[in-house]
Amino acid sequence: MKDKLLYAACLLAAWLVLANLSVILLVLPDEAEQGAIYRIIFFHVPAAWSAFLGFLVAALASVAYLVKRNLWFDALAVSVTEVGLAFAVVNLVTGMIWGRIIWGIWWTWDARLTSMLVCALLYAGYLMLRRAVEEPAQRAKFSAVFSIFAFIDVPIVWFSIQWWRTQHPQPVFRGGGSMDPAMYKMMFANWVPLLLLFVVLSVVRLRQERARGEIDALRREAHAL
Amino acid sequence: MTAVSAAGVWKYYGDYPALKNISLTVEPGSCLALLGRNGAGKTTLLRILAGLSQPSRGTVSIGGLAVRDPRARRNIGILGHGIAVYEEFSAYENLRLFAGLYGLADPHRAALEWLERTGLDRVKDGLVREFSRGMRQRLAVARAFLHNPHVLLLDEPFTALDDRAIAVLQNLLAEARSQNRTVILSTHQLREALELATHVALIQRGALAYAGERTPIMLEDPGWLYRNYGEA
Amino acid sequence: MSFFRHSVQIASKDLRAELRTKEALNASLSFALVILLLFSFAFDPTAEQTREISGGLLWLVFAFAGALILNRSFARELTNDCLDALVASPVSGPALFTGKCLANMALLVAVELICLPVFGIFYNVRWAHRFWPLLLTLILGTWGITVVGTVFSALTVNLRLRELMLPTLVYPLLIPALMAAIQLTTGLLAGQPLAAELTNWLKLLIGFDIIFTALALGLVETVLMG
Repeated sequence: MKDKLLYAACLLAAWLVLANLSVILLVLPDEAEQGAIYRIIFFHVPAAWSAFLGFLVAALASVAYLVKRNLWFDALAVSVTEVGLAFAVVNLVTGMIWGRIIWGIWWTWDARLTSMLVCALLYAGYLMLRRAVEEPAQRAKFSAVFSIFAFIDVPIVWFSIQWWRTQHPQPVFRGGGSMDPAMYKMMFANWVPLLLLFVVLSVVRLRQERARGEIDALRREAHAL
Repeated sequence: MTAVSAAGVWKYYGDYPALKNISLTVEPGSCLALLGRNGAGKTTLLRILAGLSQPSRGTVSIGGLAVRDPRARRNIGILGHGIAVYEEFSAYENLRLFAGLYGLADPHRAALEWLERTGLDRVKDGLVREFSRGMRQRLAVARAFLHNPHVLLLDEPFTALDDRAIAVLQNLLAEARSQNRTVILSTHQLREALELATHVALIQRGALAYAGERTPIMLEDPGWLYRNYGEA
Repeated sequence: MSFFRHSVQIASKDLRAELRTKEALNASLSFALVILLLFSFAFDPTAEQTREISGGLLWLVFAFAGALILNRSFARELTNDCLDALVASPVSGPALFTGKCLANMALLVAVELICLPVFGIFYNVRWAHRFWPLLLTLILGTWGITVVGTVFSALTVNLRLRELMLPTLVYPLLIPALMAAIQLTTGLLAGQPLAAELTNWLKLLIGFDIIFTALALGLVETVLMG
């Protein structure tokens, strides 16, 4: 039953993306300054939103783990962090492509890209930490502590880098200016399939993590006999 | 008031239970010998009783207080596999440090007294780095007993001790018993342990297979317990 | 209060041990000085360039040198299972943590205060006239590095690849603090008064220190319990 739900969600997401794409490519007009490429925003920005959602859920799951010590919360935390990190990478890559087309350069220390890069580094560190700890409860505990530190740091990172960039301005990939309401609507509309995808990927990863926990326990039991 | 009490203690490593529903009470003045094969869970249990490790489920109390309460920890002395003294400090400095951490009224005097009782007074200013194995073990024993704890938790204390250190330890344990203090020690050396013990507990694959008074049969025939309650 | 007594006892123990062997101190200081000299030699910056990079250079050097000290902090308790004796003692997790932070702070600030004149000489930068605001920046910035570094020193102490894990985890977390310290230092060395823009960075640094000290104190007991 659960599997069927997941497949259905995938299909729905795919259908929504195609529907959105048809609007994005055919109906919406080109943006005044940036021409055709601005359309990448409809994936670039919702990907960032998805990444932060992942990090938030991970932080909450981490707190839940430290309180309840139930490994399910740890499995949730890692699944949602991995998927969030994937979306962060999507945000970074689409940002870089956009920059390459508009400005001709692959990278500039634009405030938003820099902040997202730091967040990606933080959570890549989280994944590295998990690889370094053998024992599951200890791994869960340490990752939870780090996830909490990381999430509290995220807004501070964003703020400090924004502030830094207002002091030392550099080319900005995306203007802050107002957007056509149709475009705003489309950003949210396109977030829906991305969220569906987020949930599907997280559920799959969560199951895999729980299965791994069971196998680990069986192996320990076998060794003890 | 029981000296040490564990109620429904479980310890999971991942999904695997290393300790299953351990409940035991140890009265003041008794000496409990914790027996079991390697990997049975003795060290895990001792670490939980010492407050070094949190049980996945269940509670531990020392003298009626939760084990992580500083007042409870003030009354626990531990002797583990490592000697838990600093190599770069002298014997005196080590004891002075721990006496201070345990809040003793006169740490200087306490340190000197225990150096003498463990026969280390002549090397009190020597760095631990330069000590022989036996001297290091005796210093570890001094550190464990220094603050006159009501409860002593010893993990395989007779392993790796030389004769002199064993004698010192046995004297101290006998004295502790006479002062109505509580001792829990895990061991493979059945003979020495069973001589000292008033009670015995056998841990098997994380579960408590036997807990009760030490009987004369056990003393005459150390293998009896394993044969009757242990695994085939 | 036993919290303060214990913190001081732990801090003085760590300092005494470090001053006896001077392992971490020597490693940290040599590393910092070598990097400073190498940069001066490799980039040969003009006065103008130096003014722009002074804060960045100094704080990167301090952060890297600091990792050597922070790594030792809990690692020194591993020999002979001393950490077990400390955790089992009446010393609370936060007191143990605070004691170690104080000791690490003292060591790292000492390294920094030696680097500052060396930097001044080799890069031709006048700093003495801004000493007090610079000292304030050093202390606030170093506290941020120390607090985050010490709690993760406790976390990584038993891990494989500890020397790699500590910087990997800590440096991204420290970016806001490092950035604030860098902006402050560059500004102060360039002659800006400690007002307006610079005070905003100061506030950020203070906020960072408060938030992460509170977080570390709250979570350190969890980290230390097995």
